[in-house]
Amino acid sequence: MAHIDIDIHEGHAHDHDHHGHRHDDHHDHEHHEPGFVMKYLFSMDHKMIAKQFLITGILWAVIGVLFSVLFRIQLAWPNETFPILETLLGGWAEGGKLDPEFYYALVTMHGTIMVFFVLTAGLSGTFSNLLIPLQVGARDMASPFMNMLSYWFFFLAGVVMFVSLFVQTGPASGGWTAYPPLSALETASSGSGIGMTLWLTSMALFIVSSLLGGLNYVATILNMRTKGMTMFRMPLTIWAFFFTAILGVLSFPVLLSACLLLIFDRHFGTAFYLSDIFINGEVLRNSAGQIIEGGSPILFQHLFWFLGHPEVYIVILPAMGMVSEILACNSKKPVFGYKAMVYSIMAITVLGFLVWAHHMFMSGMNPFVGSIFVLFTLMIAVPSAVKVFNWITTIWKGNINYTPATLFAVGFVSLFISGGLTGIYLGNSALDIPLHDSYFVIAHFHIVMGLAAGFGLFAGVYHWFPKLFGGRMMNTTLGEIHFWITFVGSYCIFWPMHYLGMTGVPRRYYSFNEFETFSVYAELNIFMTVAAIVVFFAQFLFVINFFMSAVSTRRTKSKNPYNASTLEWTTPIEAGHGNWPGAIPEVHRWPYDYGKDGYETIPQTIPDSRLNEIEKKGGRTSR
Amino acid sequence: MSHVDVANPESAWYGGKSPFNVSYGKLMMWYFLLSDVFTFSALLISYGAIRMSAPEWAAPDVVFSAMPVLGEGYPLIFVTIMTFILIMSSVFVVRAVQEGHRMNKKGVMTWLAWGIVGGVAFLGCQAWEWTHLIGGLSHGHGMTISEINFGPGTEHYPIQFAFLFFVITGFHGFHVFSGVLINIWALIMTANGTFERRGHYEMIEKIGLYWHFVDLVWVFVFLAFYLL
Repeated sequence: MAHIDIDIHEGHAHDHDHHGHRHDDHHDHEHHEPGFVMKYLFSMDHKMIAKQFLITGILWAVIGVLFSVLFRIQLAWPNETFPILETLLGGWAEGGKLDPEFYYALVTMHGTIMVFFVLTAGLSGTFSNLLIPLQVGARDMASPFMNMLSYWFFFLAGVVMFVSLFVQTGPASGGWTAYPPLSALETASSGSGIGMTLWLTSMALFIVSSLLGGLNYVATILNMRTKGMTMFRMPLTIWAFFFTAILGVLSFPVLLSACLLLIFDRHFGTAFYLSDIFINGEVLRNSAGQIIEGGSPILFQHLFWFLGHPEVYIVILPAMGMVSEILACNSKKPVFGYKAMVYSIMAITVLGFLVWAHHMFMSGMNPFVGSIFVLFTLMIAVPSAVKVFNWITTIWKGNINYTPATLFAVGFVSLFISGGLTGIYLGNSALDIPLHDSYFVIAHFHIVMGLAAGFGLFAGVYHWFPKLFGGRMMNTTLGEIHFWITFVGSYCIFWPMHYLGMTGVPRRYYSFNEFETFSVYAELNIFMTVAAIVVFFAQFLFVINFFMSAVSTRRTKSKNPYNASTLEWTTPIEAGHGNWPGAIPEVHRWPYDYGKDGYETIPQTIPDSRLNEIEKKGGRTSR
Repeated sequence: MSHVDVANPESAWYGGKSPFNVSYGKLMMWYFLLSDVFTFSALLISYGAIRMSAPEWAAPDVVFSAMPVLGEGYPLIFVTIMTFILIMSSVFVVRAVQEGHRMNKKGVMTWLAWGIVGGVAFLGCQAWEWTHLIGGLSHGHGMTISEINFGPGTEHYPIQFAFLFFVITGFHGFHVFSGVLINIWALIMTANGTFERRGHYEMIEKIGLYWHFVDLVWVFVFLAFYLL
């Protein structure tokens, strides 16, 4: 198997060394049936690796969302006890009530798992792997071997994080942002000990995984496009994955440096992030008896958010790309303003690197510096709005086929608008004074980044399921029920949080019992928790649908069930390693020739001279 | 609202070939180096931030004044030699790449071996310097990650200088170390004739890119700790 894959990319290297050759040398390797281990575990086929990322991501999503349900229960019923919690969590919920330390661990782990493992690896890892080679017309990734390593580093990161859930002192509990000194001093809280060490180890492994994946995505998109696939003939999905990979390759290394310095502070007595720490009235000294001083916790915040902010675009861009593709395909209309969409993604990427300090307005920053970050932050609203208007105009008067994927894509647009508008409030440093660290922030980023990206993930899974599992489709009815419960439920969870935040309810509090002011929200908190529980259980409709459909015996007969124009639908229903049994198709047009000249869809592979081969149906003759 | 889709088959970006006329491997190496630039930038910016907030800083002339055998009193001489060795090692690898283009297996091996010798010599120098600094504390002229003491007149040398020095030069040293390992692997592959059979020595070129990058980073690290 290893031999076969090397052949595949040696073939490519050969093409690039000698121009004029095409990469369509026939792939008779597919006759070799690899064994179970090579086929399912250490596979180098990008389609299998995509499935590995997706299924691992789904498992993590169940854990991550379950954690949020657990701490929502505490917030809704702070005075009640739930014996089942003790059964589930043992000492962490003695007497059926969450331990405050464990509450913080749950919040921290929920954030870490959802942001990195689910919405970065599960979303970008899955769909970049699946769609890049299929949509640009390549046999596989540039380096299938590095691609395999990328998954296994992610897997290892997951194992380390999973182990940290079971250590005696609990997992990291200083917030997903791991701010020092809580994260730098091993005795600061119970989660700051071995749990934090494992967290840092896991993140380092995750960064390696992300780097290996990102380099591959960029190299594949630039170098491996099939003949005729110019940059401006690439589907918007590919543009989105391209810039996502660039963001990751340039911002994750800064987190690596931040983690490295944090490890030195924790274990080797340096003081990059520490200065004048007093514990029980005693100043903290290093092993040589010198006072630990000279560092700055703000330095960590800068390093962290230099990754942390691009990270939200790493999460949202792939979802944006897939939504563009799904909306155009299912409304059988060209994407409105294709180039504007591309330039918006570019603008978001560039600006995304220049706004990190808007997470730190309250850290004592010079107001002039703050005003610059306000300016850049608000400028991001422009490309974001361009995209929103283009999605709406894409489906406007379209012949919309409301598949579950379309529903989730439309839901994405709705959430992105709702969450994006509150971003304009939070981007102002003056408004950030009352709003920072409140439930308003929670509402904002959950809607615009968490939920929206989650909806993008669902849309992608429903839409490309036949490409993932050999022509099988997910159940539409279950998908629709899943959509409506999730969509309505999500708004029920997060919309009320705006009101809490505007009146100053702070985030990360274990209980609001002691605050007379906040007691008016007791019932609203119960409402949000009930909605969260309903939405949590509704996700099992998806999980069941996913796994049942994956093993179902019913398959579509069509290679191209949605009558889409892009290249992934020209491969066989069950494509082997190498994707196309014969030559790689050539591309003759952009990916959005929907409804042109009376043709519902003109695939990218059809030149004008062969238009008579495709059937005219449904397409409008004039536009 | 028609989409004008004119694509020139002659364009480098038409598809079916690499727009930069490089293999995916070399492209990836460049992007990896770009990524590593950000890693080191983050470290050096941290250095800048911490140094700017320190009231006083150590004088490199005092800290780095020792030579093996000769003893104290030779400010920055040893690090100059170290730097020269690393730059020469880079030159040797350039020669190895050149011999690779000529498909001269023996030439590649010779110059790659010299490159490895240079890398190992640099690491040896760094090991000596660290040992000298750490061991010197017992004689009142040295530093560790948690202590700094160079005798009278240096009471205000901040500990930040010490830990920044060890962490950042250590991280650079780790890069050199991994570069040496990769070079040794490439030497074995060359000896086995792997690249000769492949018909090109591009692997040596890719490794060379990494090696020059490590050299380039040293220039900045050197600047930060020994000159500024």
